[in-house]
Amino acid sequence: MNGPVAPAASPDSPARSARRRGAREALGSVLLAPPRALAFFGLSLAGLVLLVVAIGPVVLAVSGLWHVIQDISGQGLGGQDGQDLLNALVGLACCRFVLPTALIVVRWLASLTRRLAGRWCAVAIREAYAPEPVSAATARGSSEGLLDLILRGHGRITYRQRITWLLNDRATWKDLLWLAVSVIAGPVLLIAPIGLMVGGMAAFLAVNLNGFDRTSGAVLVVVGVAAAPWLLRAYVGLARLVLAPSESAALEQRVAYLAQTRQESLDTGAAELRRIERDLHDGAQARLVAMGLTLDAAGRLIDTDPAAARSLLIEARDASAKALAELRDLVRGVHPPVLADRGLADAVRALALDSPARARVTGSLDGRPPAPVESAAYFAVSELLANVFKHAAARSADIDLRHSLGALRITVRDDGDGGADPGRGTGLRGVERRIAAFDGVLAISSPVGGPTVITMEIPCDLS
Amino acid sequence: MRIVIAEDQFLLRDGLIRLLEAYGFEVAAAVDNGDDLLTELRASRPDVAVVDVRLPPTFTDEGLRAALQARRELPGLPVLVLSQYVEQLYARELLADGAGAVGYLLKDRVLDGGQFTDAVKRVADGGTVMDPEVIARLLARNAGTRSPVARLSPREREVLELMAEGRSNAAIAQRLVVTERAIAKHTAAIFTKLDLQPSDDDNRRVLAVLAYLGQQ
Repeated sequence: MNGPVAPAASPDSPARSARRRGAREALGSVLLAPPRALAFFGLSLAGLVLLVVAIGPVVLAVSGLWHVIQDISGQGLGGQDGQDLLNALVGLACCRFVLPTALIVVRWLASLTRRLAGRWCAVAIREAYAPEPVSAATARGSSEGLLDLILRGHGRITYRQRITWLLNDRATWKDLLWLAVSVIAGPVLLIAPIGLMVGGMAAFLAVNLNGFDRTSGAVLVVVGVAAAPWLLRAYVGLARLVLAPSESAALEQRVAYLAQTRQESLDTGAAELRRIERDLHDGAQARLVAMGLTLDAAGRLIDTDPAAARSLLIEARDASAKALAELRDLVRGVHPPVLADRGLADAVRALALDSPARARVTGSLDGRPPAPVESAAYFAVSELLANVFKHAAARSADIDLRHSLGALRITVRDDGDGGADPGRGTGLRGVERRIAAFDGVLAISSPVGGPTVITMEIPCDLS
Repeated sequence: MRIVIAEDQFLLRDGLIRLLEAYGFEVAAAVDNGDDLLTELRASRPDVAVVDVRLPPTFTDEGLRAALQARRELPGLPVLVLSQYVEQLYARELLADGAGAVGYLLKDRVLDGGQFTDAVKRVADGGTVMDPEVIARLLARNAGTRSPVARLSPREREVLELMAEGRSNAAIAQRLVVTERAIAKHTAAIFTKLDLQPSDDDNRRVLAVLAYLGQQ
C-alpha cells in the first residue's frame, strides 16, 4: 500500500497526475485486499496440508517404532503390535520417498509467499537457501519450475545428500514454522475482515438477521473493508518476521555468491586467453609466416624474373594488410581502443553506429567507471545489441546510459518479437555472469510479441 | 606542397617523410605529440597535415583533438587523419563542421605509396577522403530493406561507395573501367533515388553523400 508521495497541491499536471495515480493505487489496494487475503489463506491451507504430509509420516514412524520397541521389550508381538509395525513401516517409507519432495514443495510455497508479499504489498522478504549439493552432472541454466525442482534432483544426488541438505538448512525450518504460524494467523488476520464483510452484507440485505439491523450491518461491512488492507499488511509483516533470513544466513549466502562469481570470472578469463592465443596462432601468425615465405620467393626471383617478383611483393603487401586487419579485430574483441580512449559512453555510441540497424543512444555519464566495469558493461551491451538484431528481428533499439544512486544503469530497449529467456541459449546467461562478477544484476522484461526491455545495473563509482 | 606530419612512432614517421619527399612534397615539420602539432599548425599554416590519431602524452585521441582544434581556429585547414583502427564516431566528428578538406584513413593504406599520396593531394585540394572500411560500415548500416540505399542497383552501390570515399567521376570511371559519362549517369540516378540535391562540385557532393549516409 505504498502510494507515491504526492507533492503539495499545485495546478500543474505532473503533480496532479501523480496524486491521481496515488489515489488510484490506494483504491486498488483496498479493493484488492480481500481477494489477496483469500489467496494467502488458500496458501496457508495448502501449507497445512504440506505440514501434515511432511511431519505426519515422521510422527507416524516415531510413534510406531516407539510402540514396537516397547512391545518387544515388554511383552512380545501381539495383534496391536502388527498395527504399530505397519504404522512404523508406512512412516519410514514416507520419510524415504515423500519427505524430500514435500520439503521442496514447502520451499516453493514459501518462495511464492515471498514473491506475492513483494508484488502485492511491497514488502521485500529475502531468500537465503543453501545451494543444492552438486552431483557430477548438474542441470544447467534451467528455469526453476516446480516440476523441474522435483524431477531434477531425483537420481542425480543421493537421498542422504538431499535430506541432509534440506534438514541442515535453517531456512527449511523457518519455512515449516511459517506454515504452522500461517495456519493460526490466517483465520485471525485474513478471514476475520472477510467474515465481517460477509456478515455485514448479509445483515444489510436480510433485515433483522440475528438482531443485527441494516445500520450495524453497513457498519460491519465498512469496518471489514477498511480493516482488510491493514490486516493483510500485518499478515505479510508476520511473514517477513518468520521467513526473512538471519544475518548469518544472509552472510553465508553472500559468501557462496562471491565464490561462485569468482570462479566463473576466472573460468571466463582463462577461456578468453585461450581464444586470443588461438586467434593469433591461426590468424595473424599464420599470415606473417606466409608473408615471409612469399618475400623469400620474391627475393630469389628478383634477378631472373622481376615481373614475377613484383607480383609476389604485391601479394606480400596484401598479406600484411590482412594480418593487420585480423589483429585489429582481435584487439577490438579484447579491449576496443575507443573504449580505452573515450570511455563507455562514446564506445557505446560507436557500437550503435556500427550496428546493422537503427540504434539510438541516450543519457550520459559524468565520469568514468573503473576500467574492468567499463569493459564488462561494454561487452554486455555489445552482446545485447547483437541479440536484438539476431534473435528478436527488431527494427530499432534504444540504449540508455546513466549513473544514479551509486550504480551504472544501462537499458536496452528494442521493438522486436520479445520472448527473450536466459535459459534458451541466447547468451543472456553469459551477460548475467559477466556483470555478476561486479555484483551487477540483469532484469529482463520480454513478453512474447511485445517490446523487450533489458536493464543492467552495476554498482560502481565514477571517477 | 608543404606538409606537417604528426606521428609518434619513429619508424613510421621516418617512412612517411621519405615517402612524401619521394613524391615531391615538402615536409615543413614532423612532430611527435599533440601540443607540438597544434603549435606547428598555427605557426606554419601548411597546405595539408598528416596526423596520427594516437599521440603522446595521453596516447588516446590526442591527434584527432588537435586536428579538430586547429580546424576550429583555421577553418578548412586540410587534415588527413591516420589511425590503426577506424571508428565511425571519429569520422563523424571530422565531418561535423561540413567544411570538407578532411581525410580519415587506416594506416594500412600507407602501404600503397601512390594511393596514399593521391589521397594527401585530394585533401590538400579541399576534397574529402574516407577509408573504404568506414564507408563499408556506413553502407552496411544503411542496408536495411526500408532504406532508399537498398533501392540502388549493385552498380550504383559500387559508385556510391567510391563517391563516398571521396573520388571524382574520372577516378571512379578509371577504377570501374567504364566511361566517365556512364559514371555521370549513375551518379545522377543515385542522387535522384536518395532525393539529394545534385552538385557539380565534387567536394560538396561527397559531403552531401556522407551526411546522408551518416544520418539515421
